[in-house]
Amino acid sequence: MPRARRRQSHALIHLVLGVGGLIMAFPFLWQIVMSLSTNAEVQSVTPTFWPEHLQWQNYAAVFQRLPFLSQLWTSVLITVIRTLAQIVLCTLAGYAFARMRFRGRAVLLGLVLSILLVPSQAYLISQYQIVQNLGWLNTLAGIVAPGLFSAYGTFLMRTAFLNLPAELEEAARIDGSGPLRTFWSVLLPVVRPSISVLAISAVLWSWNELLWPLVVSTRATQMPLSAALATLAGDVTVNYPVLMAASLLAMAPILILFILLQRRVIDGLASSGLK
Amino acid sequence: MPADVSESAPAPAAPATRRARRGVRRGDGLWPWAFVLPLLAGVGVFYIWPILQTAFYSFTTWGVFGGFKWSGLDNYGRLFTDPQLYRSLLNTLIYTAVVLLGVPIAAWLASLLNTPGLRFAQFYRVLFFLPYVAMPAAVALVWRMIFNGDYGILNWALSLFGIPGPSWVNTPGFALAAVSVVGLWSSLGFSMIVLAAGLKNIPPELYEAAELDGASRFRQFRSITLPLLAPSVFFVVVVTTIASFQLFDLLYALLGNHNAVLPKTMSLVYYFYSAGFVENDKGFAAAIAMVIFVLIGLVTLLQFRLQRRWAGNA
Repeated sequence: MPRARRRQSHALIHLVLGVGGLIMAFPFLWQIVMSLSTNAEVQSVTPTFWPEHLQWQNYAAVFQRLPFLSQLWTSVLITVIRTLAQIVLCTLAGYAFARMRFRGRAVLLGLVLSILLVPSQAYLISQYQIVQNLGWLNTLAGIVAPGLFSAYGTFLMRTAFLNLPAELEEAARIDGSGPLRTFWSVLLPVVRPSISVLAISAVLWSWNELLWPLVVSTRATQMPLSAALATLAGDVTVNYPVLMAASLLAMAPILILFILLQRRVIDGLASSGLK
Repeated sequence: MPADVSESAPAPAAPATRRARRGVRRGDGLWPWAFVLPLLAGVGVFYIWPILQTAFYSFTTWGVFGGFKWSGLDNYGRLFTDPQLYRSLLNTLIYTAVVLLGVPIAAWLASLLNTPGLRFAQFYRVLFFLPYVAMPAAVALVWRMIFNGDYGILNWALSLFGIPGPSWVNTPGFALAAVSVVGLWSSLGFSMIVLAAGLKNIPPELYEAAELDGASRFRQFRSITLPLLAPSVFFVVVVTTIASFQLFDLLYALLGNHNAVLPKTMSLVYYFYSAGFVENDKGFAAAIAMVIFVLIGLVTLLQFRLQRRWAGNA
């Protein structure tokens, strides 16, 4: 194709992708604008595209008016604990299911994987009761508990270990390392890409999850950010710019992480297809 | 702390030299159990048992004080004559259909994104993927403002063309439309990235050969692109449908939990949530959960059937 024509068609493609990308980004940009406006500016019929004075104090108000810090802390704890637990438990189980022989392996694996086909509503009521009986309503333990275990993660890690050549273990054995050592220093490093996919999806899912925290936590200070924001949604006493600032701050950690690790996040999620 | 946990878990030591090939054939003794039991215990307690229990609950009626009694098929009888079930199912289907409209759009955008030598491709990928990773409860709040009937920017834009916009999230039909558009917006990037990866895997030599044979653009699309992209399309459609069937977060956060349009706009999962955790009608909610379970199972089954016929590889 002649260079001039090619440049022209590229311009068209940039136009389409640019406009599409702008639509994708618009709500975030608009949210930033609103978070820096006054309540009156947000509620004016002709939109205020740029606030007269940037209201940075809206961000300070998030911490003063809402129990934001404790909610943020809850979200961080839930996410960190679940992600670490999933990595440890799913890697161990995935390894055993992929490369070890034991009685009942196929049945147990089938049982774990069958959960993948079940929508979360099918266990929610009963999970709620278990947590209630344990006296864990409105506690971190209650919010965290079911999400420590992941069928998806087990599936992911099993696939990763299945794809390794048997020679790897054999070589380690000949070098005289025991099962634990082989697992830890020979096999784990090789499946690191899958572990990072597991970590990414655990973080995302944990941070954003709404339904479960909403049913087990009713006390504002014990809620993670997702449930807190959703509960505030219908509350007319909340100042809109402060609400916008709060929801931006709630998304910020994930969005920053995403932008820093974009390639890995996008490729990891796209190849695994969670959610 | 994480290192401690992972090192101590397989602690019950067994003879160390047996594993690998020979060991595998003979069985690995107690080792595998040390590896799988922590997960199995959790999965058993928090997933397998609850699923069985929910199935059982769907045949019981719950009193105010938490006791329940066996009531046979009562819940199902009540459910299937409840117009709200059909309303919620219809809303869920409409939402799913709108979100699936995003798949062809995503395919088109993916083909543009894959243009050889296109600059800023990574930047576009990030932009389109952004809504997918953003917290639904948080983005729904902005969309709520955008859709606001009095001072939302959408109605302002419409007013430039002389169109008076409705109060979107407070008008039944429009509320569902609003939720669907946000669902489309948030899932488009995911489909686009998966399809772009699928397109990239088609060897360019195929097109070159087709070109030499004088195949038209359309012919190339029909005989090369479509069949080779089918597995990716299938994957995207399955994942999107299953996720859409579980619509809850966006609906809850976009409409608020006291919205008067909810009965006309709620999804199946919202119906479940409201029966189980607002009305505290646990047996009835369990029956709704079973219906959702069966529906998702049927959709999955249907799609796998279709795939076998249409993509050729399982």
